[in-house]
Amino acid sequence: MTPGNGPDSAPEVTPEPGQGTLMTSATTEDRVKTPASQSLPKDKLVDMLYQMMLIRRFEERTMQAYQQAHIGGFCHIYIGQEATAVGTVAALLDDDPIITAYRDHGHALARGMHPNYCMAEMYGKITGCAKGKGGSMHMFDKAHHMYGGHAIVGGQCPLGVGLAFATQYEKKNNVTVCFFGDGAINQGAFHEAMNLAAIWNLPIIFVVENNGYSMGTAIQRGTAAANDLGAKAKAYGMRYAECDGMDVLDTYNTFKREGDLSRGSTSSALGLEQSGGGPCFINAKTYRYQGHSMSDPQKYRSKDEVSEKKEKDCISTMVSHLIDNKLATQDQIDELDKKAKQVSRDAIKYAEQSPDLPKSEMFTDIYSQPYGPPFVKGALPKMITDNNSGD
Amino acid sequence: MQTIQYREAIREAMQEEMRLDDRVFLMGEEVAQYNGAYKISQGMLDEFGPRRVVDSPISETGFSGLGVGAAMYGLRPIIEFMSWSFCLVAADQIINNAPKMLYMSGGQFGCPAVFRGNNGAGGQLGSTHSWCVESMFASVPGLKLAIPSTPRDAKGLLKTAIRDDDPVFNLESERMLGLGARGDKDFSRYIKDTWAPPTNKQDEDFTIPFGVADIKKPGKDVTIVAAGRPVHFALDAAEELEKEGIDCEVIDPRTYRPLDIDTIVKSVRKTNYCVVVDQSWPFASVGSEIAAQVYEHAMDDLDNKVIRVNNDDIPAPYNRTLEQEMLPNTRKIVEAVRAVTYNA
Repeated sequence: MTPGNGPDSAPEVTPEPGQGTLMTSATTEDRVKTPASQSLPKDKLVDMLYQMMLIRRFEERTMQAYQQAHIGGFCHIYIGQEATAVGTVAALLDDDPIITAYRDHGHALARGMHPNYCMAEMYGKITGCAKGKGGSMHMFDKAHHMYGGHAIVGGQCPLGVGLAFATQYEKKNNVTVCFFGDGAINQGAFHEAMNLAAIWNLPIIFVVENNGYSMGTAIQRGTAAANDLGAKAKAYGMRYAECDGMDVLDTYNTFKREGDLSRGSTSSALGLEQSGGGPCFINAKTYRYQGHSMSDPQKYRSKDEVSEKKEKDCISTMVSHLIDNKLATQDQIDELDKKAKQVSRDAIKYAEQSPDLPKSEMFTDIYSQPYGPPFVKGALPKMITDNNSGD
Repeated sequence: MQTIQYREAIREAMQEEMRLDDRVFLMGEEVAQYNGAYKISQGMLDEFGPRRVVDSPISETGFSGLGVGAAMYGLRPIIEFMSWSFCLVAADQIINNAPKMLYMSGGQFGCPAVFRGNNGAGGQLGSTHSWCVESMFASVPGLKLAIPSTPRDAKGLLKTAIRDDDPVFNLESERMLGLGARGDKDFSRYIKDTWAPPTNKQDEDFTIPFGVADIKKPGKDVTIVAAGRPVHFALDAAEELEKEGIDCEVIDPRTYRPLDIDTIVKSVRKTNYCVVVDQSWPFASVGSEIAAQVYEHAMDDLDNKVIRVNNDDIPAPYNRTLEQEMLPNTRKIVEAVRAVTYNA
């Protein structure tokens, strides 16, 4: 853990002059002149800041709980990338499906999962979002249309295509957002998913949360033409956009624009009237401050690089924006941070106090239509036991 | 009863369920415009249109994963693999994502999808195209695995599979698709009422429950357990052994997961002898599992060891003679039954 970034350290939300200018990074030529976020009500902007603060504080607590061995397995921290999940989700409808990889706590919280259930899941408690059966890498929340964190790199891309296929099949006015890391773009599953989405004009946005490293491998070492990811989209005849994934407003604007183009797309290849802009590939350029997982010594990158990236921190940038535009005061912002810390502390408390996953849950949720006793070695089928009793 | 082919029975099952439920769709390579690489889905594009009968590119990871995602959303996909041999490139989707989703999501997202296609050696296709996947997949909790051997079972089990809320692997066989066809040398066998499925008019609720074995031929001297194509090898063997005075009971589990061990054990308790036939390789096979369970449940009722008849432990050869020899064929079953009942 980076010194000074602990759960009880001072919030890094002091506004810095000169920050907060929106990146103009989208490559589409017809980019709208007025960013969508300018029409956002103050409350929504403040809420976006709060969501990012909550994820940051929650993740600090997650790291602490992991180090105290309350959380097991692999645990991937979202700190640094908060703007990507928050900006994206803010641009969606409540019932737009989202699906992501294993660095999924941020997406779950941004989508509306209660922090208590998220933390309890990592503690392996019955009160967790998946009853403690999924863990850190498998955050599912049906009520909030969060179709999971998925732990095999790239494996969720075809699932995202399935969600988009389903909304098109049901003639719904939705767009699916499928998140993955830059490591996934070297997987076959990603390319097959892109191809299917393109041939069937599916309403889906593929988002690479490009933090520059697939575990310890810099993107240039693993991905051909890494400085031109737009070529991947072009190969499938798909729209491409870039956003500053560390700027929540730029992320919002990009997803609002592209999401509206993709939303409700239909395909004549599937017997419907061709409509909508179809799929889009968005490169959200971001950076993770922590290691790949909690067990990563981070020898592949310099401390200077990390500090440099932290200078354009997504929370600081948003704070500047709100204060510069007189949309919030420093006092209000301090209050928000206090609240985020409290909610995160409460989540820990909730998780700690929740009952453990009982053994009786071991054999549930394997089948939705169970077909008899679980397969236990030595256990006899009923018929045999009955016959034996007379022997 | 209708004397339809195995392929027609599969088609009927899909058509009937698609007429009942708009959420059901068929996706796979060449299923629509080509009318099915094996003509299973012939005419379905005309009836249901391109929204529900969808030609996918050769992209198994993509379209099987699409099926899982669509099923999570609430649709009921039927994903056709031209051959189960081709599903191996989609392993992550079908054995990681499909069967574990319900558990990993704490019961929130199931996967009511059917994956189906040809399983086992075709006609001299070489080793990569000759996979029998039952032994590889039957050990995975969360999925169900059906392996029909007759047109009746093919229709009844597939209808159950489509209605099931869990992922079902339906293992068909290229060599059986023509079963029941006019001109088939064994046609007489398939016009028996018990082997032909009813039409929708005759029985609109016809389904066959999973986990219920079928006694394909009753007998008193020895139990032969076989599913899928080897059922026919076993029946041929039983015919031959009858001439030697050995009365075989042929039990077809029809689904390996769930497995109706009760019916198998009941039969073994009656005959006291057991031969298990299965078309996959012998090591850690479904046949080995059944043999183990027979020992666990009926050790004291056995008058001899259980003998397994498997595919030989080799990659499938192209050469026709060798390919036939590799299978758990009639000759091997006859020899196994003779060996196991020698002390009767």
